[in-house]
Amino acid sequence: MAEPILSVQGLSKRFGGVQALTDVSFDLAAGEVLALAGDNGAGKSTLIKAISGVHQPDAGAVFYQGRPTTGMTPRQVRDLGIETIYQDLALADNLDLGVNLFLGRERMRKAFGFLPVLDRASMRDEAARTLDGLGIRIGDPGVPVGNLSGGQRQAIAISRAIYWNAKVLIMDEPTAALGVPEQRLVIDLVKRLREQGVGIIFISHNLVDIFSVSDRILVLERGRKAGERLAPETDGDELVKLMMGGDAPAHAEAPA
Amino acid sequence: MSTAMPLENWVRRDERALKALLLVTKAWSWIFLIAILVFFEIWARSATGSTFLFRVYNLQSISVAAVQTLLLALGLTFVIIASHIDLSIGFITGFASVICALVINALDPVLSPWASLAVGFVVGLAAALIPGVVNGWLVAKLHVPSFIGTLGMYGIARGAALLMAGGAVVSINNPASRILGNRDVLGVPYVVLMGVVMVIVFHYLLRHTRFGIYTYAMGGSEQAAVRAGVKVDRHLIALFLLSALSSGLGGVVYTLRFSAGAAQAGEPILLYAVAAVFIGGASLTGGKGTIIGTVIGAMIIAVIQFGLVFINVAPYWQFVSVGGVIIIAVLIDQSRDRFDRLRGGR
Repeated sequence: MAEPILSVQGLSKRFGGVQALTDVSFDLAAGEVLALAGDNGAGKSTLIKAISGVHQPDAGAVFYQGRPTTGMTPRQVRDLGIETIYQDLALADNLDLGVNLFLGRERMRKAFGFLPVLDRASMRDEAARTLDGLGIRIGDPGVPVGNLSGGQRQAIAISRAIYWNAKVLIMDEPTAALGVPEQRLVIDLVKRLREQGVGIIFISHNLVDIFSVSDRILVLERGRKAGERLAPETDGDELVKLMMGGDAPAHAEAPA
Repeated sequence: MSTAMPLENWVRRDERALKALLLVTKAWSWIFLIAILVFFEIWARSATGSTFLFRVYNLQSISVAAVQTLLLALGLTFVIIASHIDLSIGFITGFASVICALVINALDPVLSPWASLAVGFVVGLAAALIPGVVNGWLVAKLHVPSFIGTLGMYGIARGAALLMAGGAVVSINNPASRILGNRDVLGVPYVVLMGVVMVIVFHYLLRHTRFGIYTYAMGGSEQAAVRAGVKVDRHLIALFLLSALSSGLGGVVYTLRFSAGAAQAGEPILLYAVAAVFIGGASLTGGKGTIIGTVIGAMIIAVIQFGLVFINVAPYWQFVSVGGVIIIAVLIDQSRDRFDRLRGGR
């Protein structure tokens, strides 16, 4: 494999008495889609938050293009090029596409030659062009994004990341709350970004999604890496076994 | 929701009906304003053979009343868009009014009328910032819900104003304030000119600046604002300062109009200001509202206030009717949200 764009080495994280993550390592190449699978509480969220700078790991480090991100704030990590999209999408539902894409980095213009005002039209046009380039059509780009469908909103959050030059995209269950056609829209977008050389990590519970789009699958089980498989070399049964704790005949403990 | 189903089924079938309903729920305040103006005009012509709308005195009275409400409502619009509330504005108005009057009385013997008026004006406004910054600090730093924090400040500002005024009205005798508070230029009262300038400034701030767009973003999704790098706590403090400054101006203008500082100056106006903001299209859940909408809301209330007196109805009906219009505004806002969602779901 070529030089990975993201390299996670020996991450461990403890919250009080709970060891949430134990010595997790993996690499991600540009233009590669890695699915992160595991049962509830397996450590998937802790892992992506450790990568995005929300949690500082107790041990181990994350390297982006060979440089460690240790000690960086979430904003610094994002400015570096690693964008995490959580399920709430962090979109302002009451504002339009353009403002959402540019929020925090608004375009201004001068009215009457001296008065600085927000350049809403330019932001809206640029946002619509960006989405168009990613194959997403929005009927009326002037409506509040809250009026758009779940898939379109997911696509807007993704486009915002890409527009501001994210090279690694981390998504927390991007298709969980969507209907089937909407899931396809997001999956198609992920494929298109892979072609553009973006590295993508996504958490999913949906085996169909995982197999339709990922190149590699990393399974976590109680904070440990239970296995890492190339997508063509595994199947649903094996993944489920890994999620449940290897192919031991049965669990020693009573199920929760 | 189940009771709403027949209507929803009907509009789902008929795209044009849905569009028409959306338009009405969005423009209802304009329609309502025109309707009550027409109502009072017809009343005036049929009952007394006079006119309601086409007399300068009536228009002046209505616009001055609207400005008095607006001065509180402009800052409140920002706070409500950010999904908070400021209940203390009524008594911040009284607090600023009393302090302005006390300062003018103290300075009148030593300064010219215009100079003592200017100092009283500025000190009154500056004093209003004190409760404003406390409100902001309580809500932003100590995470006190704004409803409770500003309700507490309502009591504190009220008590402080009454204490300083000695429980009475503080009369002033300053010729400059009488000019600014009661005279007009080419028929436009100075108070109304001030109101127009404030409307332009607040509209610019809300619609065309980063400060305004961050206020909307905070009301829409605090996560989105945080992600964009907005310092949410500092922004909240600024919003409560803006609200206090706006209502402080209301208090100072009250002192000019009545040549008196009164702790109760803003008590009824609190209701009117909240009503104006909601009639103007804002919502308690935040993220919505405009300055133009608030202006229409304040005009509706002023027309009701003046119109009911005009047709000789007991003045207490003002409160009943303004209260009723608030409830109508909220009901219309809810149905507008529903129609919006129906359209989005297509």
